[in-house]
Amino acid sequence: MAFNLKNPRNIINNLKSKVGLWSLMKQSHSTCCYSSCLNTIHLHRFLPLTTLPQFTNPESISHKKGHFPHFQRFQSTTTEKQIDSVPNDEHNQVLDFPGGKVVFSPEMRFLSESPSVYSQCYRVLDDAGQLISHSNFVPVSEEVAVKMYSNMVTLQTLDTVFYEAQRQGRISFYVTSIGEEAINIASAAALTSDDIVFPQYREPGVLLWRGFTLQEFANQCFGNKADYGKGRQMPIHYGSNKLNYFTVSSTIATQIPHAVGAAYSLKMDKKDACAVTYFGDGGTSEGDFHAAMNFAAVTESPVIFICRNNGWAISTPTSDQFRSDGIAVRGQAYGVRSIRVDGNDALAMYSAVRSARQMAVNEHRPILIEAVTYRVGHHSTSDDSTKYRPADEIEWWRMARDPVTRFRKWIEINGWWGSEAESQLRSSIRSQLLHAIQIAERAEKPPVNDLFTDVYDNIPSNLREQEKLLKETINRHPKDYPADVPI
Amino acid sequence: MLGIVRQKMLEQSLKKIPPAVSVLRSYSSAAKQMTIRDALNSALDEEMSADSKVFLMGEEVGEYQGAYKITKGLLDKYGPERVLDTPITEAGFTGVAVGAAYYGVKPVVEFMTFNFSMQAIDHIINSAAKTNYMSSGQISVPIVFRGPNGAAAGVGAQHSQCYAAWYASCPGLKVLAPYSSEDARGLLKAAIRDPDPVVFLENELLYGESFPVSDEVLDSSFCLPIGKAKIERKGKDVTIAAYSKMVGYALKAAETLEKDGIDAEVINLRSIRPLDRSMINASVRKTSRLVTVEEAFPQHGVGAEICASIVEESFAYLDAPVERIAGADVPMPYAANLERMAVPQVEDIVRAAKRTCYRSVS
Repeated sequence: MAFNLKNPRNIINNLKSKVGLWSLMKQSHSTCCYSSCLNTIHLHRFLPLTTLPQFTNPESISHKKGHFPHFQRFQSTTTEKQIDSVPNDEHNQVLDFPGGKVVFSPEMRFLSESPSVYSQCYRVLDDAGQLISHSNFVPVSEEVAVKMYSNMVTLQTLDTVFYEAQRQGRISFYVTSIGEEAINIASAAALTSDDIVFPQYREPGVLLWRGFTLQEFANQCFGNKADYGKGRQMPIHYGSNKLNYFTVSSTIATQIPHAVGAAYSLKMDKKDACAVTYFGDGGTSEGDFHAAMNFAAVTESPVIFICRNNGWAISTPTSDQFRSDGIAVRGQAYGVRSIRVDGNDALAMYSAVRSARQMAVNEHRPILIEAVTYRVGHHSTSDDSTKYRPADEIEWWRMARDPVTRFRKWIEINGWWGSEAESQLRSSIRSQLLHAIQIAERAEKPPVNDLFTDVYDNIPSNLREQEKLLKETINRHPKDYPADVPI
Repeated sequence: MLGIVRQKMLEQSLKKIPPAVSVLRSYSSAAKQMTIRDALNSALDEEMSADSKVFLMGEEVGEYQGAYKITKGLLDKYGPERVLDTPITEAGFTGVAVGAAYYGVKPVVEFMTFNFSMQAIDHIINSAAKTNYMSSGQISVPIVFRGPNGAAAGVGAQHSQCYAAWYASCPGLKVLAPYSSEDARGLLKAAIRDPDPVVFLENELLYGESFPVSDEVLDSSFCLPIGKAKIERKGKDVTIAAYSKMVGYALKAAETLEKDGIDAEVINLRSIRPLDRSMINASVRKTSRLVTVEEAFPQHGVGAEICASIVEESFAYLDAPVERIAGADVPMPYAANLERMAVPQVEDIVRAAKRTCYRSVS
């Protein structure tokens, strides 16, 4: 296996930008010393601890040719003061590590595992839908605001109707986004259609905003012939090439590094676009989240990470999921700019995502947005969340903290909406949905040859053989096969 | 009933196979030598030069010139945007590369060894292999995963496993295992040009070995078809099917067998998925005997699949049971004497071939 011994020349080049060490190196007269020192560092790791004391006297080291202050690292047990606190330059030594300047401190102080104050949460509208004074936000026109609101209502109704359909046995499975309508719609509204979306599975609102029709949603859930997924996936695994929305995949958090890869490619192509990925609080425990955040920072990729911290990962509450103060604080650990937003405040979400997008695209940097919210619905139709959380808690969030109602109050205050428009919209959407379901239910299922296509770019001969065999068998024993599956 | 139908279909496809002559590729008289390392390096260089979408990613591929020097000189030539040194996270960089492939660029991901690919296997299978199908053709994944596979020398259990069977069992992936420099060049180029995800299994011990290459092989447009095996040595008494380093062992075994009057036909599989079933079956129908050779663990391996294929399609032609030579069913031990016993040796192949010929093996 390869050793991680870096090319000394490369390290020297990296350090040229850090003037301090360069001057230190000049003092030691030659780069040969530096390379031999590197070799010694490796040996040093295997020296027994008893030999360490020979390096305690800093003065003695600097005189010896080839010895570097790096060695002090092994005997210092003090942690550095946080750079945020003002260092006392008279007393504190500064040292250049490969990572940068570091201020020493003789006072041993551990960084606390949790802050004394929780990190701030950005919100613009209060619970009554009124603008908070001194708030700064990106203004939204009447047209956009009304479109956002209609989409939020549509998403809410879509979820309600399809959930009922599953309960009636008409579709096998469904996942609602109740309580997270503002996150879905407001974030989508703040993006452009060129921005590539990598969803988890609780973000159909983004597709809805971009133009996926109610019929298209229904077709996927029923897995019929018109389904773009050719009936291959469970319900709610929507995808649309045209709308730049990558097909939902059941695996948790795998979409996060995918988004970074796509963002990196966008940067290589110099496109005016970014990648956006959504995930829940539970998804941040996956290794993929950490790898992706780290990668995005190192590669300086234009990607927006939107975490829907809705308090629950199926039955696991956030207190069992992580011990950090939520997700936004983790950004700093990876060198990623971050913000915590009230996920039920559509205006705040819009502003945050809009600003994030600008920073991501113009500055080629990743941004992390933690949208705090509550998962009002069950995890999915396979879950009954009253088993692990109190029903009145769910009700309270459903009614008192509903993001849809809150935004409605704001547009009503602005004179852009009224109760007649409200009832018209709701009944229209509901009947459209019921109609879409009827059509989807009656439509033909995908043909048998859709079983074999797309495994590879071109269908291989063995699959062609199998397809032929299958058709012959169906023709010979039609009673054994369902009548509504076209051959 | 199904078996008969399949036999009929195989016969039809066999009839379509042109005479064996075209299957053989004869080297031109200019016997230039090239190591596998140089073959892979030149293939990467040429494909990167021809298509600006191709880029490399992996640990130590850039500044260090590649953990095994396969990517030597490529960082200097193409710059850090196209040759990415990654942090140590197989899961991370594989996921990132798959995401880039979703977008439409063509990453070539290097695993320092395929043992480390296990940390990324979810992305290889669930994010790469299945995506074209699950998205019904909307998202293609033109990605190549490459790196050394199988046993090296004295590297122990966690650095010696062969992953050919694991990856080859998954629909949606293509799995290639080159042996010679011609294989290395032609198959890597084919892999990079292929719109499907390809797992490219190299062998660390073969990197330094030289093979003769013709001018045709050295041409930058040279490409080998995926899914076609190669008959390295024509014979008539027993078929020996192998891949990667074991092809070399099989050829040596064939030399030994010749002295005992057994004329072995050696097949270099080249492609584990799709497996060239028609060529293997055609060869067995000619020789009536089969020995499969692999370095990997025996259970559920490539040899087992080949055996099943022969039984399904050429059962009547067999004169002896299929012999399966594989690595020992233990994690690879470190001590040199134990390691030697845990992998197939040339003598094992010779004895197996003799057993199929009902010769005494003493």
